[in-house]
Amino acid sequence: MHARVSDIAIPDYLNEDWSLKSWLTTHDHKRIAWLYMVSITVFFFVGGAAATLIRLELATPQGDLVSADTYNRLFTAHGVIMVWMFLIPSIPSVLGNFLMPMMIGARDLAFPRLNLASWYIYVLGGLFTLGALAAGGIDTGWTFYTPFSTMFSNSNVILAITGVFILGFSSILTGLNFIVTVHKMRAPGMTWFRLPLFVWANYATSIILVLATPVLAMTLALLAAERLLHIGIFDPALGGDPLLFQHLFWFYSHPAVYIMVLPAMGVASEIIPCFARKRVFGYRFMAYAILGIASIGFLVWGHHMFVSGQSVYASMVFSLLSFLVAIPSAIKVFNWTATLYKGRITFSAPMLYALGFVGLFTIGGLTGLILASLALDVHLTDTYFVIAHFHYIMVGGSVMAYLGGIHFWWPKMTGRMYPEMWGRIAALMIFFGFNLTFFPQYLLGYEGMPRRYHAYPPEFQVLNILSSAGASILAIGYLLPLGYLLWSLFYGKRAEANPWHATGLEWQTSSPPPKHNFERTPTVLRDAYQYDPQTGTEAPQ
Amino acid sequence: MNAAFHLFPQSASTAATHYDTLFLALILLTGFVAFAITLLIVYFSIRYRRNSRADRSEAPVRDRRIEIAWTVIPLLLFLGTFAWAAYDYAQLYREPPNAMPVFVVAKQWMWKLEHANGRREIDELHVPLGQPVRLVMTSQDVIHSFFVPAFRIKQDVVPGRYTTIWLTPTKTGEFHLFCAEYCGTDHAGMRGRIVVMQPSEFAAWLQTGNTQSGMTARGFELYRRYGCSGCHEAQSSVHAPDLHGLLGRTVHLSDGRTLVADEAYIRDSVLLPKKDVVAGYEPIMPSFAGQIGEEDLLAIIEYIRSTGDEHARTSQ
Repeated sequence: MHARVSDIAIPDYLNEDWSLKSWLTTHDHKRIAWLYMVSITVFFFVGGAAATLIRLELATPQGDLVSADTYNRLFTAHGVIMVWMFLIPSIPSVLGNFLMPMMIGARDLAFPRLNLASWYIYVLGGLFTLGALAAGGIDTGWTFYTPFSTMFSNSNVILAITGVFILGFSSILTGLNFIVTVHKMRAPGMTWFRLPLFVWANYATSIILVLATPVLAMTLALLAAERLLHIGIFDPALGGDPLLFQHLFWFYSHPAVYIMVLPAMGVASEIIPCFARKRVFGYRFMAYAILGIASIGFLVWGHHMFVSGQSVYASMVFSLLSFLVAIPSAIKVFNWTATLYKGRITFSAPMLYALGFVGLFTIGGLTGLILASLALDVHLTDTYFVIAHFHYIMVGGSVMAYLGGIHFWWPKMTGRMYPEMWGRIAALMIFFGFNLTFFPQYLLGYEGMPRRYHAYPPEFQVLNILSSAGASILAIGYLLPLGYLLWSLFYGKRAEANPWHATGLEWQTSSPPPKHNFERTPTVLRDAYQYDPQTGTEAPQ
Repeated sequence: MNAAFHLFPQSASTAATHYDTLFLALILLTGFVAFAITLLIVYFSIRYRRNSRADRSEAPVRDRRIEIAWTVIPLLLFLGTFAWAAYDYAQLYREPPNAMPVFVVAKQWMWKLEHANGRREIDELHVPLGQPVRLVMTSQDVIHSFFVPAFRIKQDVVPGRYTTIWLTPTKTGEFHLFCAEYCGTDHAGMRGRIVVMQPSEFAAWLQTGNTQSGMTARGFELYRRYGCSGCHEAQSSVHAPDLHGLLGRTVHLSDGRTLVADEAYIRDSVLLPKKDVVAGYEPIMPSFAGQIGEEDLLAIIEYIRSTGDEHARTSQ
């Protein structure tokens, strides 16, 4: 084991060459992870700026800060950027890229050039979408519902969907790369049921990426055909069916929710055992739950359409399946909680993020059950209740987990420690800011405030002010890590190979790792997460 | 339309009462689970913090029985919730036979409503207390959604088809009407109000200011003007199906399907006549797509509905 930690002779992956060319032409999965991290961070703050303007506008009932058209472009930009340019690539393309090969004891992903190509395709897609914003924006909402998007919108629909179309290929190629890597490149002894749950989660996510993303590409191509060539597909005036678009769109976009949240579950499953010094409770159930969510997740898309005019019987089937997909999610929450039982718990920043993730994901999941209940969805769909629900899953869940993961693996990625006190302050600020922003939106939704409203009746103002106040705390919470993490790159304490005393293979090599991760291919002897809560010690994999 | 702040929305329909009961039950259930999880996380975090001397011997990492228990118990609770919510939902699509029809045509960014006697309204709907009301809705352009929070009902209004929903108001007063499906620039301005009145006041209101002829009479006139009567009346030499009392009748189609004639079927037959050809007839009906407006089409359907009443009377 100890022999894997290299002596100083070998340069690490960062110091090998610092030229711009070496970064832009790298095939190293660790450097490509950095390329992704920098780009998604830029997009996160662009999308965040749009959210800031939205919350400022909604502080008063009148539409007084921006015009209705500008407002519609803002929430569309926020949705498109956050979904496709931040959330979907966030954990898989940054943390997954960096960690998956190391966690299974491989030198790189199966197709390093393809990995770099994925990033270039991502950037190209991002530029198209940003171009659409620069050219005046798009006002369809991120859902691009027809026939509004095909025949009525006067904004840059084609440019924006071209961007999303291109981004999809980046997803598909990354998914393909991960699937092959997990199947073919596991180190000797790394059997399927010794895989860290982070690998399981990203593996399942990759399958969804490969199966669902092509459907989005086809749907957007059909949208373009109707908008540009007036081929009647979705607009009834041309002989099309608008509900067809919704079926196709949600066939991708519901599984996309699991693309965003499964990797987050993987991150929590690494952090919680490490800081509880105890093996994750029910490892096999956890792995099966991941696969269960990924497969049933493909069969619930119609729950976005309970009031759309689809058949009552179809709605009933989709509602039942939506309740079933909640079972594996519930199992995971119970297992994380049970992992804490008889553990030896410390509360470093990654653990605070992970526990915050569990709490917020639980609330998001439980309110998902309320929305899956047919009669209640009739009242709640397209209101702020839905907005609150999916932000609890995607921001409270995925973004918390992403930040937790960034802090947890920061020493490995940079060779430096982040400042612990600041890390904890930011985690708590984000947790409280988040709840203050989004909990009032559940109440707004039950009161009946529709989503995508630029102006609203005055009785909704109190709750909107609370939400906007929370958003300002949340914004500071997000800016803090940007500041102190950058600071730590230069001034942070030097990190040891395994500062958290974790068991995964990625911790058995130096921080930062050498270019090829390990000096020689490791042999895996044990199951994942062999922590002993009695003594607080661990046995590396 | 109480402009003051209130935490819970007004409740003014029979459905609202049912849904609120279900909502309360689910809030209690999910609230209990969320509270229990939070409590356990906090309790474990304190009891098993690093420096505590709590007993950690034989710390469990799996337990088949408890894992099966926390799979099966939620499953049963979920199935119960599903059935309850699905039952309430199904009621929404089973309108009472005495429901009063109102016709809704949505467009960017306006609601146009018409009562059976021809009384029209814009962005306002007057309905009588305690009377089931059935809304037959379509859109002239994009998808809209008819949403009345106080009634707890919402139904997308889709171009190219009819969607229906029904409600029974249980409280007089004024309530918000919102468009809930994003429909472009002035989506947030596509609001209106619902006025629930005492039945006697409503009857008086329905007559005042009404210069229109009834929808049935207008429908009959349109039925002749568009030439429907030329083929579909009994004395016609053209072989076309009889439309008297069509609504609610079972229709056998030439491709072997059968369906029950509703508004959507008549609409499709006028605009897309090749779609559902009646068994025993040639597909000779011309399409009226692009020639007839949504409001005229609704009036013709109302006329055809009225022939059902005569039909019922004469056959008695």
